[in-house]
Amino acid sequence: MNFFLEVLIGGLLSGVMYALVALGFVMIYKASGVFNFAQGAMVYLAALSVVGCIEQGAPLWLAIILAFIIMTLFGIATEKFVLRKLVNQPPIALFMATIGLAFFIEGIAPMVFGSDPRALELGIVDEPLPWVMDNWNMVISKFDLVAAGVAGVLVATLALFFQYTRIGRALRAVADDHQAALSIGIPLQHIWAIVWGVAGFVALVAGMMWGARNGVQFALTFTALKALPVLILGGFTSVPGAIIGGLIIGASEKLAEIYIPPVMQDLFGGNFGGIEGWFPYVLALLFLLVRPEGLFGEKHIDRV
Amino acid sequence: MLSSAAMAAEEQFFPLIDYRVGPYGSNGQAFYGGFIDYLNYVNLKEKGVNGVQMTYEECETEYNNAKGVECYERLKSKAAKSAGPLHTMSTGISYALIDKSAQDKLPLAMMGYGRTDAVDGSVFPYAFPLVTTYQMQASAIVKFIKDKNGGNLAGKKIVYLYHDSAYGKEAIIALEAEASLNKFTLVQIPVAHPGNEQGAQWLKIRQEKPDFVIFWGWGVMNQTALKAAQKVAFPRDKMIGSWWTGSEEDVVPAGDAAKGYMAATWNVSGKQVPVIADIENVVYGAGKGNLQDKTKIGTILYNRGVSAAVLSVEAIRKGQEKYGKGKALTGEQTRWALENLNITDARLKALGATDLLPEIKTSCDNHEGSGKVKIQQWDGAKWVPVSGWIEGNKALIHPLFQASAKQYAKEKGITPRDCSKEK
Amino acid sequence: MLYREAGQFKTTYAADQQLFPIRQDRIGVITLLLVAFLGVPLFASEYWFSAILIPFLIFALAALGLNVLTGYAGQLSLGSAAFMAVGAYAAYNFQLRIEGIPILVSFALAGLTAAGVGILFGLPSLRIKGFYLAVATLAAQFFIVWCLTKFPWLSNNSSSGVISTQKLIIFGHELTTPVEKYLLVLSIVVVMALAAKNMVRSSTGRAWMAVRDMDVAASVIGIKLMPTKLLAFAVSSFYCGVAGALYAFCYLGSVEPDGFSLEMSFKILFMIIIGGVGSIMGSFLGAAFILLLPIFLDVALPFLAGLFGLPFSSATVSHIQITVFGALIMFFLIVEPHGLARLWQIAKEKLRLWPFPH
Repeated sequence: MNFFLEVLIGGLLSGVMYALVALGFVMIYKASGVFNFAQGAMVYLAALSVVGCIEQGAPLWLAIILAFIIMTLFGIATEKFVLRKLVNQPPIALFMATIGLAFFIEGIAPMVFGSDPRALELGIVDEPLPWVMDNWNMVISKFDLVAAGVAGVLVATLALFFQYTRIGRALRAVADDHQAALSIGIPLQHIWAIVWGVAGFVALVAGMMWGARNGVQFALTFTALKALPVLILGGFTSVPGAIIGGLIIGASEKLAEIYIPPVMQDLFGGNFGGIEGWFPYVLALLFLLVRPEGLFGEKHIDRV
Repeated sequence: MLSSAAMAAEEQFFPLIDYRVGPYGSNGQAFYGGFIDYLNYVNLKEKGVNGVQMTYEECETEYNNAKGVECYERLKSKAAKSAGPLHTMSTGISYALIDKSAQDKLPLAMMGYGRTDAVDGSVFPYAFPLVTTYQMQASAIVKFIKDKNGGNLAGKKIVYLYHDSAYGKEAIIALEAEASLNKFTLVQIPVAHPGNEQGAQWLKIRQEKPDFVIFWGWGVMNQTALKAAQKVAFPRDKMIGSWWTGSEEDVVPAGDAAKGYMAATWNVSGKQVPVIADIENVVYGAGKGNLQDKTKIGTILYNRGVSAAVLSVEAIRKGQEKYGKGKALTGEQTRWALENLNITDARLKALGATDLLPEIKTSCDNHEGSGKVKIQQWDGAKWVPVSGWIEGNKALIHPLFQASAKQYAKEKGITPRDCSKEK
Repeated sequence: MLYREAGQFKTTYAADQQLFPIRQDRIGVITLLLVAFLGVPLFASEYWFSAILIPFLIFALAALGLNVLTGYAGQLSLGSAAFMAVGAYAAYNFQLRIEGIPILVSFALAGLTAAGVGILFGLPSLRIKGFYLAVATLAAQFFIVWCLTKFPWLSNNSSSGVISTQKLIIFGHELTTPVEKYLLVLSIVVVMALAAKNMVRSSTGRAWMAVRDMDVAASVIGIKLMPTKLLAFAVSSFYCGVAGALYAFCYLGSVEPDGFSLEMSFKILFMIIIGGVGSIMGSFLGAAFILLLPIFLDVALPFLAGLFGLPFSSATVSHIQITVFGALIMFFLIVEPHGLARLWQIAKEKLRLWPFPH
């Protein structure tokens, strides 16, 4: 039972890490209907900028601010030079353009900041909490708890930003209906630039967390693969969906990795571990069969 | 990218199927940087091998099999006249090139990767898993653990945590053989690619309470494992990795979590090796260094690149003794040379490469030539060797290769050479 | 002038229904085939065959398969490489386990196996749409590759999961040289491309397009969604499966499950988007573009760097390649979002009047 709880909690906490990446996708999809495949690459770029600035001698706080500026400028440039030119194109063309963008980032970021894997020290040691360890003999990582806290703060900030600021309201309006938003005088293109900036910020937070956890390196782009099932499960357009989807995926994936392979081993013989690659996707797929728009996605009504 | 001294009469061409971008790009940069630096070093220091200049051309594969084949085909025609051994540093690409290179008579070196049953040269005349193989390495690691435990592993438990791919699966057969020989329990835990999330695996390891973890990771999986081990408070000095988990690139991003971690290697790091220091003086002094980032000189992978180049150039030397000094070797001639390498400690000393790599003596039925590794430990700043050269259990492992090679020969309809007749 | 279809009257239904109703098209296709079958083998070097032409044809076939599914039936899929893997491993196993089975038969069976798997993974498409479906096809991608690593029987118990393909023997003749392999691949691709061209203009193809444009509307006018969508998955996977078998047998010769990665699925998707979604020709153009561009950059960039004396290190050159590749994809989409096939169409329209524009 102890072990089950340990796995469950560990899974939920990793789920938060997935949700951090998924949030970036949701931001952009919600506001502009673009499935931004480059989100993983943006996480990489953000983490690299922080590490790059630190290597140039900047203290951590300054590096974070500089990285934020880089990400914002990058977001604005993306909107101006790529997306604006593709307005009214089919979604698949926009999707494809973000794949091009991902390659672009993957080439240029290491050219500027160097491609060696590096450590990012945020001053939080990834160790089990001694108190829990002693009393219950369970492993709960300090770092993961901090990450969960950061995710909570991030979501709260985003929620407040959307709910109570002028820009936030405009963003929601654009997300609801581009045409209507335009007609009441909301500058669509500014809004999109802001959205990309916000997505850049989310990528920065995710990049720092993942970077501190596994090192800053090219493989940060793979974090997107962990976020996709979270997205399907939670719905492409829902911020709470991303968080809850992340928790579900994280927990079930860990439990599955522990408990399913032994069963399969009994059935077929051989070693069936390493199911984490596909399990979240199959889970999300099965879930979709019941609810095709995800947990919190908007229900799509077809009109002929 | 040809060497500027390309005007010399004879040139020995090295087709370099390399990679410098993508998930494993930084590994490739250090390895091929070392390789190219040593070729230039030979050119600068002694005007080539008996006057034959070393030249090369690179082709970027991004660690992608299909691109690797394209690169091979592109460089093949240039390698028709003269060719040093091919180094792809990718198991997948090596596999794809095994048949082609044999057909085109170009020798394929697979140092610490690739098709390991090619140790049996009677079936694979053109493939050379030089120095050591995954299986021999796993066996050597077991031996190291055994020595640490007073020569007895009975009743112990060892977890094998591996990248769930051809690379990770190669060693299983050796570990299973060792487990039944030494009566320890082997628990296999695979990690799905890319391995940037190992929470479940490490909780399982915590539950299993193994005496040691043998670890076969690649890329981001390495740092993640070290961090995850810290997360469940598993002592890092009970973790021993393969040589693809034991470079600076693998441990530095994990920060303090890597301290005490051990890994196998077939070459040592550091600039205390005379030839490495000399390369820095001669090649970088002349402004011909291949690395942008000079701090990589002396790292594990850089030195590994140099070791690979040392072996390759020694093969050229050996070949010239037979086929004529001052003449470039064709792929076929290089193949003979690779099969008749005999690099003793005395020779390594003469090269300034004492202890950089183990002694090597190859033959038709042993394309591996050594089977030895050192265990090194990360002290937080550098890799420190903690053992001498340890040889895997050849009597146990080599028959596995022969059996596998025999099956391959049967499937492919290859008639093995008779090694007793090879000279 | 060169491409004017005016004056070509059809007097029989057969003439009206032929695959290429315009005379210039027929001449073009026949010339192209003659060049491909006779001209190329005379002039191309071995490098061209093994490194460019064979992979080009194989990837074009896979792209064609994906184009049937995505371009014609409107179901976005990111699992093409996995279906290629099914084809490759199936062909290997048929050759291995059935004594004396002709290689072409095992290719066809491999395609059918892939089609079966494709139908299985196509089932969710009955309920899920758009990007949700795309991400769901990723499940196929990861699950299939995992299965191939996990069930040793599929790779004949090879300890590493890598398979080495058997000899290519057709009518007792063993194909060894790149030219022979090229001709084999070319014949299969030509037959299958013509079949696809025919299929997409048949009632099946029209049903696919109706579903693509709006599935609710299609079902209202009496198109049964389930068989239509599943057939698209089956045909698409069949093409990918055969492409996978060719990839293993005629190109690499030795494959591991991990080789059929997500990256490869994406590459195939790029091909159809760059080439033209919903165009047979576009699959070929896209495959050529995606395969040749990196090779071109690989050769051209060091040359350019040398020309201008720029001190690029090898690593920088490799990074620039990726950057330029990404930038070109974006640039291309901005300039022509409908792909290379659209450019070809525009060219044809221009040719109608050229060289006398009035």
